Parts: sequence; structure tokens; C-alpha cells
Amino acid sequence: MSKIDPQAIQNGDRLALSRALTVIENDDPQSLEIQADLFPHTGQSHIVGVTGAPGTGKSTLVNQLVKAFRQNKSETKPPKVAVIAVDPTSPFTGGALLGDRIRMADLSGDKGVFIRSMASRGALGGLAHNTAAFATILDAAGFDMIVIETVGAGQAEVDVAQLAHTVVVVEAPGMGDDIQSIKAGILEIADILVVNKADRPGADNTARTLKVMLDMAQNSSNLPAGKHGTSNSDHLFQDIYIKQETWKPPVHTITATEGKGIAGLAADIQAHRAYLQDTGVWQIKEAHRLRRDLDALIRDKLLQQWQQALDQEQFEGVLQDVIERKYSPIEAANLLVHDKTK
Amino acid sequence: MTDRKIRVLIAKPGLDGHDRGAKVIARALRDAGLEVIYTGLRQTPEMIAEAALQEDVDVVGLSILSGAHNVLVPSVMDKLAQNGLDDVRVFVGGIIPEDDIPALKDNGVYAVYGPGTDTQQVVSDIKQAVNVQD
Repeated sequence: MSKIDPQAIQNGDRLALSRALTVIENDDPQSLEIQADLFPHTGQSHIVGVTGAPGTGKSTLVNQLVKAFRQNKSETKPPKVAVIAVDPTSPFTGGALLGDRIRMADLSGDKGVFIRSMASRGALGGLAHNTAAFATILDAAGFDMIVIETVGAGQAEVDVAQLAHTVVVVEAPGMGDDIQSIKAGILEIADILVVNKADRPGADNTARTLKVMLDMAQNSSNLPAGKHGTSNSDHLFQDIYIKQETWKPPVHTITATEGKGIAGLAADIQAHRAYLQDTGVWQIKEAHRLRRDLDALIRDKLLQQWQQALDQEQFEGVLQDVIERKYSPIEAANLLVHDKTK
Repeated sequence: MTDRKIRVLIAKPGLDGHDRGAKVIARALRDAGLEVIYTGLRQTPEMIAEAALQEDVDVVGLSILSGAHNVLVPSVMDKLAQNGLDDVRVFVGGIIPEDDIPALKDNGVYAVYGPGTDTQQVVSDIKQAVNVQD
């Protein structure tokens, strides 16, 4: 592969940008250098996460949303927008069918928009392993906004909350009763809630349930609405909870296929950005994100070092002992890891 | 540690709305461990070349059943070249008369497939074209 010039990426060379993303995605040796060169030029982009169950209309919503931002007449210059669309990799074949672009045809031909599909490649949190690094590159390339559409997510795929400044959770009518809405997980990470497919029966009910859920959260503790239920052991979001208590997640009912309700959503996304910046939560979120990134990278590095030093024969032997129920898995792990760090 | 995956864009240029074939191929390539980006129906050559650029694909597969391949394919090849994507391999599938195939290949098309093609053939041709060993 030919050498990629980081300067070209900053100058808006789309081919260089695209090739750089491939290098990052493949963990190519050039990846380190590119990230090192570009990282100092980042921190400008507003990262917006869009998540929700499969088939709730995330891609269609993103299409309309980006169109709205690009056509916003009130701004002197419309923001440059990048989209990272993540779809799942098959756990059996390693292949993937990335189909989010199908819904985004409206954005084609607009040089101020860059869409990149990304396979999750085994990562389980709703994003791919290198999605954060993608955001870094796009940030340095001068995109004012980076929209990240997650894998169709259920209840626990909340990685996007660590990466994005603003999280939009998309629901559709008929996806479960009100108990679903007070369970932990994806609804908690929402800065903005969307009930899409509002032309379907039951949309008003779903929106009402979500609003009740938000009110309950607000009344039941000092925690802010929609940010209910931290545990003491994992204070991942605690600073953000405390700081963000004056933001109440709005609930939007939208028909994305017709563009109905999109303008209001776009306005609230901008409002959330302003809120984060005015209150200082923006910086806290950035610090949290970088801490998590660093954490994850150190973990990967340590694992790699351990794997390189691993005596394969010993590993197979211990594994066999586990299979024969001589050791429990936890004993085996202690044995293998302690041996290596002596 | 590099983890190189072949990326393929499957596109339907022009106005025909029959994408069964495109979907069958997309699925077969996915099952072969490739990453397939499907663009949907009614794409212009500009849209296809733009998507190929943004997605940095190794291969573009065009499915054409409308009979307009002699116009659409050269146009796609042109636009790809304009975007600096001369190294992208282009495959064409659909209803393509035998007589038209040599001209398409002269234009830079790597292979042309008709109805009844074994999907495994397509998979192995693509792997060979981008030079990845199994």
C-alpha cells in the first residue's frame, strides 16, 4: 500500500482520507503514524451517536438529519458532515453486508458529506473496534459533525455513549410495554429520544411511555432524567450525570421517510451541543472518552504481549485440564497469567 | 497485526429495478467472508464512483439487466478513473450479450457474468483479482 500523507487529509483530499480509514480499520502498521500526526488537530467535531433496535429507521433518519444540517439556511456556511455507519460482521464467516448507504442516496453528490460503512468485526458494543479512531481521522479532516450510526442495538450496546457527545436513541411503535422503558441500558444513554415511524399506530403511546419514564427518573432520585441508576463501582458516567442534570432529554415523534419532525430534532441536537459547551460537560466527556480509549488500548497491548509470550503447549495442557474438569476456568486463568508475569 | 478484508461495492446503475441477482451475489460474497457494501437501486455512475471512493473498495460489482451496459459501464469506468480509483477491479453481471463482452473487457472490466453463474466462481475470481490467498 502506498504511503498516505496526513497533510493531504487535512487539506480535504477525499481519496487520502478514505485510504487512511482503510489503514486504520485494518490495523496496518501505518495506522499509528497517521493517528499520531493527526491527533493534535482534533477536538473540533461534534460527535452525534444514533442508536436503536434494528429496523427502527436509523439510516433513514440519518439521511434526513444530515440533509437538514446541510440545507440549514440560518447558518452562513453549512457544516461539513461525516457519517460512520456500522453494521454487524457475521460471527461465522467474518463477512458483512453493509446496507446503510441504501437509505442515504439523497446525500450522494454533496461534497460536504462523507459516508463510510464499517463492519463491526467482532466487537460487541454496537460499534467496531476502530470506530473511535475513525472519528479522530474525520475530525482532523475538518468535519464539523460526525454522525455515528451503530449496529442495530438492543439493550446493552452502549459503547456509543462513551464516544459521542450527543446520543440519539431511536425507538419505533410496538416494541414492548412500559417495563421495557424502565429497564437499564440503552434508554439511559439517550440525550434525545426519537419515536420514529410516527405514522404507525401506537406511536403516541410509545412517546407517552417514554415521557413517563423520564419523569419517573427525575422524581425518584437526584439523578437527572434519563440518566438514572449509577452503581458505585462503575462511576463511568457519574460526573456527566451530575453535570448534566439540567438537561431533560426531549422526546421527538418523527416520520423519517417523509422528513416530518426532522427540523425539530436537528435543532435539539444543536441545542444539546450548546448546552454541553456552556456547562463545561463537553470537556468532561472528552476527558472520559480519552481515558476509556487509553484504557482499552492498554488492555489490548497487555493481551498482545501476553499472547506473544505464551507457551502454546502449556496453554493447551491447561485447557485440557479445564475440559476434564480438573481446574475451573478461573483457576486456569490465574495459573496461566501468573506464570507469565513472574 | 493486520487484518485485511476484501471490500466490495455492489451497485445497480441505471433504471432497472430487479436486484435479486445483486442480492444473491452480495449474500454469497458475505458468506465467503468479504465485506459487501450494497448501494441499492437506480444509481448514477457518479453516485457509484463516489461511493467507491468513500468506501475505499477493492472491487466494484455492477448488476445490469436493462441492456444499457454499453453506455453505463464505460461511464462508470470513467468516473472511477476521475476519482483516482484506477486500481479498483470492476465486475459486471446481468444480461450481457456475448458479442458485447470483448468491448467491455477492453474497457477494463475484469470479468462478465451471465445468469446461472456459480457464485463460488465469482468469489474465487474476486480473490484472485485482488490477490488474496485463501
